[in-house]
Amino acid sequence: MNKVQEATKEFLRADLPEFDSGDTVAINVRVREGNKERIQLFEGVVINKRGGSGLDASFTVRKVSSGFGVERIFPLHSPMIASIKVRRRGKVRRAKLNYLKKVSGSKAARIEEKR
Amino acid sequence: MRGLIGTKLGMTRVFDENGRVIPVTVLSAGPCAITQVKTMEKDGYEAVQAGFGERKEKHTIKPMKGHFDAANVNAQKVLAEFDKVPGFDYKTGQVFHVGLFQEGDFVNITGTSKGKGFSGVIKRHNFSRQKKTHGTGHTMRAPGSIGQASDPSRVFPGMRMAGHQGNARVTVENLQIIKVNRDNNQLLVKGAVPGAKNGTVIITK
Repeated sequence: MNKVQEATKEFLRADLPEFDSGDTVAINVRVREGNKERIQLFEGVVINKRGGSGLDASFTVRKVSSGFGVERIFPLHSPMIASIKVRRRGKVRRAKLNYLKKVSGSKAARIEEKR
Repeated sequence: MRGLIGTKLGMTRVFDENGRVIPVTVLSAGPCAITQVKTMEKDGYEAVQAGFGERKEKHTIKPMKGHFDAANVNAQKVLAEFDKVPGFDYKTGQVFHVGLFQEGDFVNITGTSKGKGFSGVIKRHNFSRQKKTHGTGHTMRAPGSIGQASDPSRVFPGMRMAGHQGNARVTVENLQIIKVNRDNNQLLVKGAVPGAKNGTVIITK
């Protein structure tokens, strides 16, 4: 795998902050409509991070938007991500937070902050 | 020369300017040295024979060695023939690099597919399986009927059945070259390429 990673090194982004499952992140997403480009904010909890350190890495962000859970999967090194800001470090006990899909209401927001 | 020999390194993905994901295969291609120039007068057809990779001396049998010595190149691991580009003066010992290809070119890639062994019709020919229950015997993955009865009293040739799958020479056509890396002789090609990692591939324009 090393040779493949080396071959695509130049496509990797170095400007992204470190974050992990349980963190609340704000992602500025580039949205292209025709020739126009604008930035859309997507803020939520990272519930899944996969694919290691290479170009294949992706992560899932979940937010609750007017009562509906919305999940979005981003390729980590996608040029469509303008920037990622870590709003809050969460203290969680597992890497994949799929249990958040089932809990509702205030419990969902009850990820403790890491100190 | 119309192509190069190389090896498959593996697959990954890259992004285009619209942020779309492109699946790519990383290939290491060339440098390929010409070992023989075939001509109409001498061989009955026009072609260039090129080699790729290093062959250890203990694996080089004497007739092979004579062939490489005649071309004045090191012993090569793989040999392949390519069409000539008309008007170009080919000489033995000339070396070709990935610079042969340009980004956006469409190429055909030949490799040896992964061997699957003796496979049933479901894997080999995409048949459907039979029912799991409701009186089905041990025929869940069986092919079913393979023909009629006393007329014609035989199975027609070409009937799709179980058998050896894979480990065959496969060519995939019209794969787009996404990137050419001249520094380390690598190509990024859109899509999948036959064979396992480190398998030999022949890339032709």
